[in-house]
Amino acid sequence: MHMSLTHDETVHIAKLAKLPLTSEEVDHYAEQLSPIVDYFNELSEVDVDGVEGTSQTTGLIDVLRPDEVDDTRYIPNEEALGQAKITHNGYFSVPPILSKDN
Amino acid sequence: MPILTITELHEKLKAGTVTCVQMVEHYLSRIKAQNESLNAFITISEEYAYEKAKAYDRIIADNPNAFSEFPLIGVVVSIKDLYLTRGIRTTAASNVLSDFIPQYSATVVQRLEHAGAIVIGKTNCDAWAHGASGENSDFGASRNPWNTEYVPGGSSSGSAIAVASDMSLVAMGTDTGGSIRQPASFTNLVGLKPTYGAVPRYGVIAMASSLDSMGHFTHTVEDSETLFSVTRGIDERDSTVKNVTYEPFDTSKTIKIGIPKEYFSEGLDPEVEKVVRAAAEVFKKMGIELVDISLPHTKYAISVYYIVQPAEVSSNLGRYDGVRYGNGRECFGAEAKRRIMLGTYVLSSGYYDAYYGKAMKVRSRIITDFKEAFSSVDAILAPVSPTTAFKLGQKANDPLQMYLADIYTVAANLAGIPGLAIPGGFASNGLPIGFQLLGNHFSESILFELGKRYQKVTDWHTKQPK
Repeated sequence: MHMSLTHDETVHIAKLAKLPLTSEEVDHYAEQLSPIVDYFNELSEVDVDGVEGTSQTTGLIDVLRPDEVDDTRYIPNEEALGQAKITHNGYFSVPPILSKDN
Repeated sequence: MPILTITELHEKLKAGTVTCVQMVEHYLSRIKAQNESLNAFITISEEYAYEKAKAYDRIIADNPNAFSEFPLIGVVVSIKDLYLTRGIRTTAASNVLSDFIPQYSATVVQRLEHAGAIVIGKTNCDAWAHGASGENSDFGASRNPWNTEYVPGGSSSGSAIAVASDMSLVAMGTDTGGSIRQPASFTNLVGLKPTYGAVPRYGVIAMASSLDSMGHFTHTVEDSETLFSVTRGIDERDSTVKNVTYEPFDTSKTIKIGIPKEYFSEGLDPEVEKVVRAAAEVFKKMGIELVDISLPHTKYAISVYYIVQPAEVSSNLGRYDGVRYGNGRECFGAEAKRRIMLGTYVLSSGYYDAYYGKAMKVRSRIITDFKEAFSSVDAILAPVSPTTAFKLGQKANDPLQMYLADIYTVAANLAGIPGLAIPGGFASNGLPIGFQLLGNHFSESILFELGKRYQKVTDWHTKQPK
């Protein structure tokens, strides 16, 4: 099976990834990613019947700690906001997610 | 002759022939002379380093137990610009974070500082640790001190350069698919990728969370072990760190080293092969048994890695929106965009099972290969990279070729096992060649023991670039 990413598919992926790409970039990535995705098809040779997938290697499950307040971990409000380009009345200012038309 | 080891530094500090302030002066003058051509540092923390050095000189003068209370006292360290450092700019070598000043430090940075280390600066790397050459930095490519026409390797490029060219004694890097071992091999250094879950990741900008390992560059295996003893151990801020007691290695035991045939296959440069086989012979002469082994799923490691890693990258980089800190997503460089796109694609509806789901299962196969190998051998000896360092620009326009060069390093990350790269010789063009020892989970003691024995009878690690 030969895989290649179409222009429309690449636009869709960029939208899911919230990446503002130019039309030229879309074509560039479609062209560059196709041979990479194509290379992945070698995995179809591997028999994985009955094999469980691995997402982490430590085997640790549900690691808990006491739910106690650690005063040393507080970052004062002013310092926490210190790296934001736009703040408003002691809060982060975020872009709108709804427009008036909604 | 520069100071190459912590032991030598501490002898001189104790004897009073050098001071911490003089060491900082020395490294700053080296940085000033070389950084323009090598581009190893993004930020230099001069004032901070002097302040610490003065404080430690006072402690050495006043406290008779200074060297036991502070095992890294006076050790000047450079830190890959992925580790958060409170009050010192941290960029991940990306324009997205070009002006970001963290409000807290990574656990590893805190542990180094508590042990007496002095942070001298933040090192250049492939942006977000995406790369194997250093060329993907938004702050410009860095260069190999052994020959400036060649790449230093990556992604922990600047950290390797800093130690190799005497701009700091040791350096911290991160290894997600070889990003410590490969630049160590390209610059004649010892590079440790610890077991996943041995060293806390808290406060280090995440690349791929199931693969990222926090390790370091040194000239000797002995120093690598010393740094590891400071950085490792449980951290209530990282729930993936395991509580493990490291037993000292039982030296009376017969050691077996496995030689995996899949790591000596087509594509391996004959000069690299010669060095790696010569290293095996050094071990054999010590009475260590060499055993031919097979890791049959090795060839699939690249595909698995370049599915799992971008998938995790696309998720981790999702948080950068320029709202609370940093700049917007339009500031991502070309390689970061490529990996975000690739990762989003393999996780997207309709493709998830075929790519990510399948890769997770083949990852299990790769892990089983190692499990079986470690039931009969104590360690595995292999090349780090199929070639020596390559020229700047040589692979920059062909991402697939660049990815394929990670073939010998990525499997250790997928399996979560430790790897120790050690200088093993030079190619005819004068560029360094390293080899790596891989061990079972939490078996760093065996790797250190073997590495120390190797360095006792070889002197490759003492060679310096001109």
